[in-house]
Amino acid sequence: MSGGVLAIVSFAGAAPDRGSLEALALARRLAADSGADLEAVVVADASSGRAAAALLGSSRVATAIIVQHDRLTVDHPDGWAAAIGQVVKARTPAAVVGAGTERGNDLLARVAADLGLPMAANCVVIEPGDRYRLTRQRWAGSLLEDCWLDAPIRLMTVAPNTVAVDEAIAGATPTVEVVDVVLTERDLALHVASREAPERGKVSLADAKVVIGGGRGVGSTEGFGDLEELAGLLGGAVGGSRVVTSAGWRPHADQIGQTGLRIAPDIYIACGISGAIQHIVGCKAAKHILAINSDPEAPIMSVADYAVIGDLHAIVPAISAEIRRRAAARA
Amino acid sequence: MRVLVCVKRVPATGGRILLTADGSDIDVRHLGFTVSPHEECAVEEAVRIIEAGGGASTVLTLGPAAAEEQLRDAMAIGIDQAVLLETDGRDWDPVAAASAIVESIRAHEATDGPYDLILFGNESADSGGFQVGIRVARALDRPCVTGVKSLLPGDGRFIARREAAAGGWESFELPLPAVVSVKEGINLPRYPSIPGRLRAKKKEIDRSTPAWQPGGLEKIVLRLPREELTAAEVIGRGPDAGPAVVDLLVRIGVVDG
Ligand SMILES: Cc1cc2nc3c(=O)[nH]c(=O)nc-3n(C[C@H](O)[C@H](O)[C@H](O)COP(=O)(O)OP(=O)(O)OC[C@H]3O[C@@H](n4cnc5c(N)ncnc54)[C@H](O)[C@@H]3O)c2cc1C
Ligand SMILES: Nc1ncnc2c1ncn2[C@@H]1O[C@H](COP(=O)(O)O)[C@@H](O)[C@H]1O
Repeated sequence: MSGGVLAIVSFAGAAPDRGSLEALALARRLAADSGADLEAVVVADASSGRAAAALLGSSRVATAIIVQHDRLTVDHPDGWAAAIGQVVKARTPAAVVGAGTERGNDLLARVAADLGLPMAANCVVIEPGDRYRLTRQRWAGSLLEDCWLDAPIRLMTVAPNTVAVDEAIAGATPTVEVVDVVLTERDLALHVASREAPERGKVSLADAKVVIGGGRGVGSTEGFGDLEELAGLLGGAVGGSRVVTSAGWRPHADQIGQTGLRIAPDIYIACGISGAIQHIVGCKAAKHILAINSDPEAPIMSVADYAVIGDLHAIVPAISAEIRRRAAARA
Repeated sequence: MRVLVCVKRVPATGGRILLTADGSDIDVRHLGFTVSPHEECAVEEAVRIIEAGGGASTVLTLGPAAAEEQLRDAMAIGIDQAVLLETDGRDWDPVAAASAIVESIRAHEATDGPYDLILFGNESADSGGFQVGIRVARALDRPCVTGVKSLLPGDGRFIARREAAAGGWESFELPLPAVVSVKEGINLPRYPSIPGRLRAKKKEIDRSTPAWQPGGLEKIVLRLPREELTAAEVIGRGPDAGPAVVDLLVRIGVVDG
């Protein structure tokens, strides 16, 4: 019985992905608070896993576990659940911490279901004890819940962008343990059968430095012309609220919020958007928010840094015109 | 083809969340109720699959008696049957919810035959546990894919496509019976028609009262995150604000001065 804290670590290229670094950070804090060792299980095929495991010393991992199986690849969700389940059963850690990403939550939920254990998704605080006292996100972070997690092995994922990632330390090398796992045909049946590469082309909404968001106030598909024009002048992208995607004015890929995209541009210009909590969770990471709204009492006024009050269809073209005027004056 | 879709009744919170005085719950006195957008899409997907291939669809919820409203909403756009697993209104943890749902599925399948496809939302709107669908799938020993944004029927299987972690798309071939958690964007749900609403109003609902077995995750209290609510600085009114906005954009560094 190891009684340690086991972090699940996936890789983006050679380095742990962002979600795994967050899992490592919270797992390390938990290990320190409970006087336990920090261990990590590496989600990568055994050959790349060795190189990956060696890097984990910089995250203060004492023991890195590599799973060995000749048919298991990162494309087998059930295979990884079974493999991690076997590692957990063999080592009986006090806690397992994974990334609160889509894949991280999916993986730990499979492990939890197989082991008959509860699991808490998207935690922001973990207090060890006989029962663990957790703070976790509800409503995509618009609300927090304090709760008890009562289980022999505590399974938790870390809410994205809520914990600071530890600074890497030099020198340490973890002990690497290679574990053979036994997988059935059923474990390996579910796998990615085909892949399509991302589309290239225009500025992606997720990465744009400037995002112009449109809501019900834009009024129609055509109404977005004014926003497209301004986005074009600023090298930005256009997004919107759920009202505009539900109405079919924009595709769902443009939706910002709880059930859409999370964005973090330098500035988000929200036009005709009231500021429902489900929208705000998607844009609050913007460095600056400018609201353009005819209603000075709209909820977005308490989240935005700046506001212009009035009809967006008069204001947005006026901003575009001013940008053009200044560019022409410079030329 | 028989398709089951699971939905959860949640308050339709808007501009801000208000809590009850003891922090045990959201103050719902002035709120309507809905289901997650992911689940609305799961309902629409179930209706489309049956429209295209024939068969029957069922909607299931575990919740208070009032969750009948969400079942009727689903039947109003074309779901055939409804199952209400009635609770006293407390939030069931994911283990408890999944086992009650599994038990109900087993009972219904024993009399009416298996569901070829069971649809879930990717995560519930309120508690966001990211697990009930997976737990149900594992208990029934059926394959499960989460985060699905397109579902194409084939010969005794479905092709389930989702966004890949590194961008682009990845697809799974799912033999039936299977479990799929869907995300908003998989389709654009239709609005219910008046005749649809009237039909839904008259339909029978299969009701039962499952026993609650705590699953190890227990709510203590709810809190609002501490975020500075500021008052936005009004930098202008109407089209005259153009120069003030461009000055701001220059200061932030997203446009040349
Ligand atoms: C579980 C759940 C998940 C959700 N997920 C999301 C999500 O991912 N993203 C999302 O956006 N929503 C989401 N919603 C919906 C959300 O609650 C709101 O309904 C939605 O964000 C409102 O969109 P809106 O601001 O465009 O519309 P409204 O709330 O109707 O606001 C329109 C605003 O436009 C202003 N306006 C009108 N005309 C003009 C004009 N000519 N010029 C300037 N201003 C004008 C009005 O003053 C008003 O403030 C979700 C809801 C639930 C329950
Ligand atoms: N009480 C419930 N009744 C019916 N379905 C539910 C319930 N709770 C969760 N679900 C389903 O399981 C999905 C995932 O929920 P969760 O694990 O809470 O994020 C939801 O989108 C619903 O489809």
